[in-house]
Amino acid sequence: MTTATSAPASRPTPAGGSPAGRRRTLLQRRQARTAWLLALPFLLLFAAFTAGPVFASLLMSFTDMRSTDVRSPFAVDFAAFDNYTALFQDALFRKVAVNTAIFVLVGVPLTMVLALAAAVGLNNITRLRAFFRLGYYLPVVTSIVAVSVVWRFLLQPDTGPVNQLLGAVGIGGPDWLGDPSLALPSLIVMAAWRNLGTLMVIFLAGLQTVPRELLEAAEVDGAGRWQRFRHVTLPLLRPTLLFGAVITGIGYLQFFEEPFVMTNGGPLNATRSVSFYIYDQFSFGNYGYAAAASYVLFVAIVVLTAIQFRALRPKA
Amino acid sequence: MTTQTPLPAADDVRPEAPQDGPPGSPRRSSSRWLYLVLAVGVLAMALPFVWMVLSSVKPEAEVRSIPPTWLPETFTLENYRELFDRLRFPTYFLNSAIVAVVVTAGNLMFGSMLGYALAKLDFRGKRVVFALVLGTLMVPGMVTFVPLFVLVSNMGLTNTFPGLILPYLVGPLGVFLMRQYFLGLPDELIQAARVDGAGELRIFWSVMLPLTGPALATLGILTFLSSWNNFLWPLVVAQTEDMYTLPVALALYSVGQNATQYGLLLAGAVVVVVPVIVLFLAVQRYFVQGIAMTGIK
Repeated sequence: MTTATSAPASRPTPAGGSPAGRRRTLLQRRQARTAWLLALPFLLLFAAFTAGPVFASLLMSFTDMRSTDVRSPFAVDFAAFDNYTALFQDALFRKVAVNTAIFVLVGVPLTMVLALAAAVGLNNITRLRAFFRLGYYLPVVTSIVAVSVVWRFLLQPDTGPVNQLLGAVGIGGPDWLGDPSLALPSLIVMAAWRNLGTLMVIFLAGLQTVPRELLEAAEVDGAGRWQRFRHVTLPLLRPTLLFGAVITGIGYLQFFEEPFVMTNGGPLNATRSVSFYIYDQFSFGNYGYAAAASYVLFVAIVVLTAIQFRALRPKA
Repeated sequence: MTTQTPLPAADDVRPEAPQDGPPGSPRRSSSRWLYLVLAVGVLAMALPFVWMVLSSVKPEAEVRSIPPTWLPETFTLENYRELFDRLRFPTYFLNSAIVAVVVTAGNLMFGSMLGYALAKLDFRGKRVVFALVLGTLMVPGMVTFVPLFVLVSNMGLTNTFPGLILPYLVGPLGVFLMRQYFLGLPDELIQAARVDGAGELRIFWSVMLPLTGPALATLGILTFLSSWNNFLWPLVVAQTEDMYTLPVALALYSVGQNATQYGLLLAGAVVVVVPVIVLFLAVQRYFVQGIAMTGIK
């Protein structure tokens, strides 16, 4: 359905077209031809592997397609909203939806606060700034799978260095990933650790656009450090914060590797996410059902983005 | 979401901005505290990696000893030997590299082609194309992988390199980034080349594309890393060990029969992470620029 957009009218009229009604110059025609030539490979691949599947996923979610139907995807039965009703009646889906919501609602603010603190800190030093920025950014480039493997062992109750460090200051560390009430928070902290670098770089760029004159004027007016930050810097940073919240939220809504590697969704499904659920349903062969779940996730992403745009919109 | 993106690079554009006060002033001592706090933070960022490397060269018994050791008491490369001889990590490494290189090349090529057309050429349907491509910038892989798998199966491409590569060969980020960069280049260059009689394709290829070095570098690194670290799609498409990529192999070993071989898995994590860290350190300038330019990993 999307291929339609790549081919339409804008092609210059073929040789037989009436030149009388055409006001397009030779150059314009040549440009258009070149443009479509350059665009075509991208658009074909894009239609087949990105745009097409977005719509196919929606269509699929209204069918009872299973893995056995792979060879005949058009022979499946229309199931209306059956998948969606079944989804919301499944207690496990409700559980994973709540887990995912907690991951986002706790994880996004936590990551943003840490990243903002790091960015403000870096913005106030001169020496070693590049070094610190590098250090905070490092985990971002690493594979979540690899990082999850490392953290799984870091958090081992007996042999892990985290509890060893806690023990050194007299605290008996718990079984982080084995305790249903601690497992999800542990994954959230790890996600914040891995992702704060992205936001730090974005926030730092934002901080450097805050005019010094404004801060100095506020200082002259007797505003303290915190007041200047709260009433001058933060409002100016609003669009940057919004952007950071949106991209982090979109990422966290899809968390998958962390529970896959660290907890296998346990204990007692405490860390199973919507993405994990979708993957499981796909593995069981319930393609139509998995597509429905993935569309619910998609809608959640769109809604979250819209809400965040509203919440952080500059007060006009 | 992309309207927010034209942020200036986070590099030390204004190194003069913060000023340490004279010695002994309150500013000076508060800056000392700041350095201390930042240093503790950086330590917290780096320690997991340090521990990963140190543990990967310990014998299994030492990795699991209570209390745990930090520095290896016995140094061994046994874990790496097992990874490379028994677990076929060279194959996974090669698979990851092949996929990442081809995916990167495709994104650079096709992204700059469409980016140029959108930035510098007039054609009808331009706005629709741009909106369509940008509209998918935030569509997650989770939404499309089920129908994508059906498509790739019907093409007979599961468990093949084309199956791993094709869905990632083009992406909206490349178009967005390259279009932005081309927009910043002067139109006069194109006009002058036209006057000199160069064809449109030649202008793109020989005049304009060579000027986009920094953008290509940024896009190349971002794409390479996201391909190297990609997990869900290769997990779904690679069905036998000879097609696994590194993250897939590591994840499956870590939940499979090797789940309790800590040292071995940490050595595996080193193999996945260390090349990327080295690459990142070598080219981080472009990388940080790219993040500030796009805000997208």
